[in-house]
Amino acid sequence: MTAQASLDQEQTETMTVREAIRLALREELRRDEDVYVMGEDVGLFGGVLEVTGDLFEEFGEERVRDTPIAEAGFMGAATGAAATGTRPVVELMFSDFMGVSMEQIMNQMAKMRYMFGGKTEMPVTVRTTEGGGMGAASQHSGTVHAWIAHFPGLKAVAPGTPASAKGLTKAAIRSNDPVFVFENKMIYERSGEVPTDPDFTVPIGEAAIEREGEDVTVVATQRLVGESLETAESLAGDVDVEVIDPRSLYPLDTDTIVESVQKTGRLVVADESPLSYGIHAEVATRTMENAFFSLDAPIQRVGTPDTHMPFSPPLEQEVLPNGEDVREAVERIA
Amino acid sequence: MADYTIDTADGRLEALRRMLTIREFDTTAGEYFADGEIPGFVHLYIGEEAVGVGACAALEPDDYIASTHRGHGHCIAKGLDPKLMMAELFGKADGYCNGKGGSMHIADVDAGMLGANGIVGAGPPMATGAALTIDYQDRDQVALGFLGDGAVAQGQVHEAINLASTWDLPAIFLVENNQYGEATPVDKQHNADNLSDTAQAYDIPGITVDGMDVTAVAEAVEEARKRARAGDGPTLIEAETYRYRGHYEGDEQPYRDEAEIERWKQRDAIESFKKRLVDRGELTEDEFEELRADVEATIADAVDYAQEADLPAPEEAYDDMFGESVPEIEQFAARPRTDGGNRGGDSR
Ligand SMILES: Cc1ncc(C[n+]2csc(CCOP(=O)(O)OP(=O)(O)O)c2C)c(N)n1
Repeated sequence: MTAQASLDQEQTETMTVREAIRLALREELRRDEDVYVMGEDVGLFGGVLEVTGDLFEEFGEERVRDTPIAEAGFMGAATGAAATGTRPVVELMFSDFMGVSMEQIMNQMAKMRYMFGGKTEMPVTVRTTEGGGMGAASQHSGTVHAWIAHFPGLKAVAPGTPASAKGLTKAAIRSNDPVFVFENKMIYERSGEVPTDPDFTVPIGEAAIEREGEDVTVVATQRLVGESLETAESLAGDVDVEVIDPRSLYPLDTDTIVESVQKTGRLVVADESPLSYGIHAEVATRTMENAFFSLDAPIQRVGTPDTHMPFSPPLEQEVLPNGEDVREAVERIA
Repeated sequence: MADYTIDTADGRLEALRRMLTIREFDTTAGEYFADGEIPGFVHLYIGEEAVGVGACAALEPDDYIASTHRGHGHCIAKGLDPKLMMAELFGKADGYCNGKGGSMHIADVDAGMLGANGIVGAGPPMATGAALTIDYQDRDQVALGFLGDGAVAQGQVHEAINLASTWDLPAIFLVENNQYGEATPVDKQHNADNLSDTAQAYDIPGITVDGMDVTAVAEAVEEARKRARAGDGPTLIEAETYRYRGHYEGDEQPYRDEAEIERWKQRDAIESFKKRLVDRGELTEDEFEELRADVEATIADAVDYAQEADLPAPEEAYDDMFGESVPEIEQFAARPRTDGGNRGGDSR
């Protein structure tokens, strides 16, 4: 079933990605007393990118908590809190700041359950923003989800639409495992239909076929989902493009991608992260392992060419992958 | 010898000039940001001028500083060129970072400026590192790391100060307590009365000074510099100050009221220093107006320069990743926008 078909069966409302995430947080805060939100300026201020907004008014400072600027401290506190019976939702303002808190993530949060013989749950959610496009320069524009997806013991999701933003955020909060939600900052204003059922979630590990097509499969994430859909529309008639949003990067819905490539015989992987050793390689490898003899052309990668995100607009536009790059990649193999 | 010191009348005039230059630079930067000519984020230093200028007046020209995301003032205090700074803010090719860094990353290591920094709390470890080089090579310098009150909560700040103290490095750590970390007031981030109190834990001197008084800051840093050069290790200084503008331009500031801002403006560092110089007979009102006009002209020139400068060519995006080029970047880049090649992909 395509994402659109499943939406048709539910009550929906139009909202932006930002509003969808805020609604997910609101619903989960209402549903479960053990859930609370913490991060820098998430309270009265409403978050620097305005995602937590007015939650503070409804839930107060116990449940929408401002932290000092101490990522290692509060990421570790969330880890300890999750291990002992509460369900923290951490907002990490920019994913670049993951570096500051990496010890607690890679050696504690990711490893506790396993090292303790499965006797601990780790119901922590980390929401963070990624991506270039705002002229925010290298220390505020990173796309680091491949790191988290790479560490065993952590789950990574990355919504491309408002509906998946809501559903993935809720699934992350309900999960007893550590889940990182990677929000691309350039799509907060993107709007679309979002199910209003408070029990709607997007299962972690389930891709969405956002557009069906016969000729080329484009696996696209985050901002590139929307851009790939536009590219697919503009190519309609010449090339029939299928667009898949994996939504969940780890675990990855290999079956949906493989079945699509078995149909189309061609694959483009579009993800904003740097091209070497990342998501592109993983999707390509799994496809070759499972559908090698269905491939009619070399797999194409679209991403950031192993550079940091520069500040000046012409430089940033140069390295930032977009729908045009997806088109060129499709045309190279169609 | 320092290129100027606050102990002489000429030096005091120079300090006043630099404070005025910072205010004019940042006021202007705020305007061009609002007009959309400056991309990204800008964090203005208006109100805090006495801290950066006082500190740098007490340093020698070849001493190092490591800055913060609010770095324009530190750059000007250190003697960087407003033209090249403005060009960087405008994203131009001959800005300090060739358009790669922008407001938050202006740097000139050769001039002793180790960079503004987009990561809160990342400056102090850089200062400790510079102090390590100085100590290791037996040079006659010190390194000063600026940090905000919010940054005091960062683990890496503690580690850096502890390391510098343990190794008796010639470092100075200067906390600019402007009362807020973004929207959060300082008393919601720390339980200590004075942010310099933590110095006790490192067994180094910790003092709190009036950050609206340029001479008070200069004296504290001068003392700290002497101590550092004598091999006695770092000093932690807290300067109490205030930022007049929002955290970043565009911040609506629901977290504080106009009356509080007005109260601090009563003690404006530039106004009060100017008044002292006039009272001492070192400056007349006319001379002050000349100075102001001169500063305004300097910044207007900087804007003209920045506006006329060239944007970087798109392919410069691939420069400077490494000292020796790697084939991957060239393969992935393949000059996409410029000659219709591709981004990634291996089939031609
Ligand atoms: C590691 C890290 N965490 C969070 C941020 C976002 N941020 C930028 S400035 C700032 C507030 C810093 O406050 P303070 O250190 O007091 O400096 P001030 O802005 O007051 O000069 C925050 C939280 C960041 N840039 N880096």
